[in-house]
Amino acid sequence: MSAYFEAVTGRYLQLPLLGKPHRIYIEEAGEGIPLLCLHTAGADTRQYRALLNEPRLLAHFRVIAFDLPWHGKSSPPAGWQEADYQLTSHDYLQIIMGLVDALQLDQPVAMGCSIGGRIALHLALEYPERFRAIIGLQAGAHVDPYYDLNWLHRPDVHGGEVCAGIVSGLIGPTSPQADRWETLWHYMQGGPGVFKGDLHFYTKDGDLRSQVSQIDTSKCPLYLLSGEYDYSCSPDDTRDLAARIKGTQAVIMKGLGHFPMSENPPIFLTYLLPILDAIRSASRVA
Amino acid sequence: MEPLDQLLQRVNANARLVWRGRYVDTTFLLEVGEVPWLIKVNLGRIVSVTRGPFVMPAWSFALRAPRADWEQFCLANPPPGFHDLMALVKRRSLRIEGNLQPFMANLLYFKDVMAMLRPQAGEL
Repeated sequence: MSAYFEAVTGRYLQLPLLGKPHRIYIEEAGEGIPLLCLHTAGADTRQYRALLNEPRLLAHFRVIAFDLPWHGKSSPPAGWQEADYQLTSHDYLQIIMGLVDALQLDQPVAMGCSIGGRIALHLALEYPERFRAIIGLQAGAHVDPYYDLNWLHRPDVHGGEVCAGIVSGLIGPTSPQADRWETLWHYMQGGPGVFKGDLHFYTKDGDLRSQVSQIDTSKCPLYLLSGEYDYSCSPDDTRDLAARIKGTQAVIMKGLGHFPMSENPPIFLTYLLPILDAIRSASRVA
Repeated sequence: MEPLDQLLQRVNANARLVWRGRYVDTTFLLEVGEVPWLIKVNLGRIVSVTRGPFVMPAWSFALRAPRADWEQFCLANPPPGFHDLMALVKRRSLRIEGNLQPFMANLLYFKDVMAMLRPQAGEL
């Protein structure tokens, strides 16, 4: 194999978020309609590494992914050591819209997975006019906690290894080994308590069951894709969500789990590309 | 459950898996429906797999699930929801009880030990 640079450019953006200075790491590639990608809890933009290198996307979309504060190469705010990290729907929305404004994204497509899929529903509820379309991956209105989150952050259990252990079964059994273990590596590298802090939003603060029926897909189309092996946001959770929202439908992705863009990009693209084509066609008509 | 007879040999033959469990020194209870099994682990190697009933069993943590669910879990290609220990927990089929520290501190190890209950490549 000869050496080559990928299509991806990574940069740091300095901006105020939630009243504090932040240093946020952003990767992007391609030209065209902005496609803002949101990673899962306890992980980072590397989950979108294949999409950021996919010629069929880059010809028509400016693919952008950023690490949330505390994640990947984005720093926590100064003074982080004085408090527990807990993501809330309010803060998550402020961060995303702060990035959209700072990058001057005009009518981007937002695509988020897991917690990113949940906040995509919040975006559809609160900012439908700001987005061309929204794609929720592994998106449910709520998930019941099924294990004690305290195991994710305590000194007698290695945080990286237990986080990877918690999510390993969420990957489809037939996903390629290299992509499976790359996905787990991201979890192994998360900061102490960060996955747990993200799950505060996922399991407690971000419950949308009573509100999702108010999502107006005539203002902003909503697409839902979920992997069949995901037991965190299960196919039934996604079907239940779709049944509550007029004008959307759930597509269950065979063989995939909770991390479609990272665990098995070729299969995921067979589901994603037709949606992106539809979004492009609608944009041309408009 | 027949695959339990194979567990010791399969785990101990996998040097990388044994290495990953190198700090594990415990005995755990596996309940297959009504039938209890005690599995003793030392330095990542399975020392013994013993079928009950027991008079005074001593163990750190217990994995309890109905036989039919373990049988699904043990298939070469388990259906969604039966393909992982945490998937069984999520469907409220598997109960994990007791002192969970050794289990959670070595979660990937114990998941892969239990996955050794499935038919392995190269075996008839």
